[in-house]
Amino acid sequence: MADMTIPERIPINLVVNGERRALEVVPWTTLLDALRDRLELTGTKKGCDHGQCGACTVLIDGRRVNSCLTLAVMKDGAEITTIEGLAGDGALHPLQQAFIDHDAFQCGYCTPGQICSAAGLVAEGRARDADEIRELMSGNLCRCGAYPNIVAAIEQAMSRS
Amino acid sequence: MNNFQYSRASDVADAIRLLAADPGAKLIAGGTNLIDLMKENVERPSRLIDISRLPLREVEETPDGGLRIGALVPNSDLAYHPLIEQRYPLLASAILAGASAQLRNMASVGGNLMQRTRCSYFYDTTTPCNKRSPGTGCSAMDGLNRNHAILGTSNSCIATNPSDMSVALAALGALVHIAGPSGLRTIALTDFHRLPEDKPHLDTNLGSGEIITAIELPPHGFARNYSYLKIRDRLSYAFALVSVAAALELEGNAIGEARLALGGVAHKPWRSLGAEAALRGQAATPDHFGRAADLLLQGATARSHNGFKIELARRAVVRTLMQATSATPQSQAHKKIA
Repeated sequence: MADMTIPERIPINLVVNGERRALEVVPWTTLLDALRDRLELTGTKKGCDHGQCGACTVLIDGRRVNSCLTLAVMKDGAEITTIEGLAGDGALHPLQQAFIDHDAFQCGYCTPGQICSAAGLVAEGRARDADEIRELMSGNLCRCGAYPNIVAAIEQAMSRS
Repeated sequence: MNNFQYSRASDVADAIRLLAADPGAKLIAGGTNLIDLMKENVERPSRLIDISRLPLREVEETPDGGLRIGALVPNSDLAYHPLIEQRYPLLASAILAGASAQLRNMASVGGNLMQRTRCSYFYDTTTPCNKRSPGTGCSAMDGLNRNHAILGTSNSCIATNPSDMSVALAALGALVHIAGPSGLRTIALTDFHRLPEDKPHLDTNLGSGEIITAIELPPHGFARNYSYLKIRDRLSYAFALVSVAAALELEGNAIGEARLALGGVAHKPWRSLGAEAALRGQAATPDHFGRAADLLLQGATARSHNGFKIELARRAVVRTLMQATSATPQSQAHKKIA
């Protein structure tokens, strides 16, 4: 049987979108819940909460991951980039602009995860054509079915990066 | 998710000590499977021992010309490692056939070996499952068993091992390095996972107080004639119905060495030395490949919904061996099966 006594909150430091944030978390707090509920960064979405839909995708130290399957306490000291941190001063991130240019969404719920995942994809430099974009974006579901436009948006951002 | 204590291991010995001190503890690295199972209340550890910061992230050449891969190397880093791409492209291909880019970035090599079955009854705590709750019965046996095992099953369990990486590692003859309270030991990957028999709650032969420290690849990587073919219900980000890792050493059209392993069909990667021996010295033809497939699938049995897997596996073996022969391995991005 699991020990049901409540452990003390554990202090951690995260650098979120370039800003140092200190907080105390119980060990079972996911990074997703810490971002949304503690740091009030609700751009990162909770879809399935099981790593199957990609709506919770953020970048940790530049790599795209599912924040719903990440314990905040394990990322003490890490640099986190969320959708709120992608745009520069007054200018959209090229992927944000490309998603608008190509109408790469309908309801928009998966979009922050799609864009963060695409940012990771571009940084990885492994996708060279539309088939490879589709394969390497398969961890991000879009129930509205905006996939053709999402691929086109990412191709645009890749060609200009 | 249940409440649990959290410890961060300072080194491998500390992780072993922490494991010994708390029988309900579990190691966590990438967490991609364990956190998911905890959210479903399938796993309820009293303590998580965080090993993610241990220095087990090197990919090093061994004196005999093989490679030693630290247990914490992320799956994506391994798949894209230049030495893996050049010398062991079968392994790179199998890793990239699994999960999503995000999960591959998170998941460790050791954790990949430890991932648990995706049998839907194992995940559903309202149903009997001998793997989750020993002695309660198997709901898959007479339930929805389309995804389930056709080889090496028992009356207790027909679950499959979900790993793609392990299938390639089995074919390549990889070793698993383990540390525990009584020291270090090394076992073959094919002996690491076990068949369900009457103890399906045990997925592997790893002792409860032990930790995987590294995977070792022997020198021979079969970099020229290989293929990993994964057949599944959707083209990406789905578990295998059947997958095949094939590797050949060819002299002209004659087979020297052959390696063959199946995924998605058993409680462990399925390899048959008899099937491989039958290929040695033969011409690389569909007829000989079919005979090897029959040997590999000897004893296959179906339940009500998974009978199609036997013929699917046979055809997939032949096709994968033909891809290996022609040095046109299956692309994991361009989905057309050549």
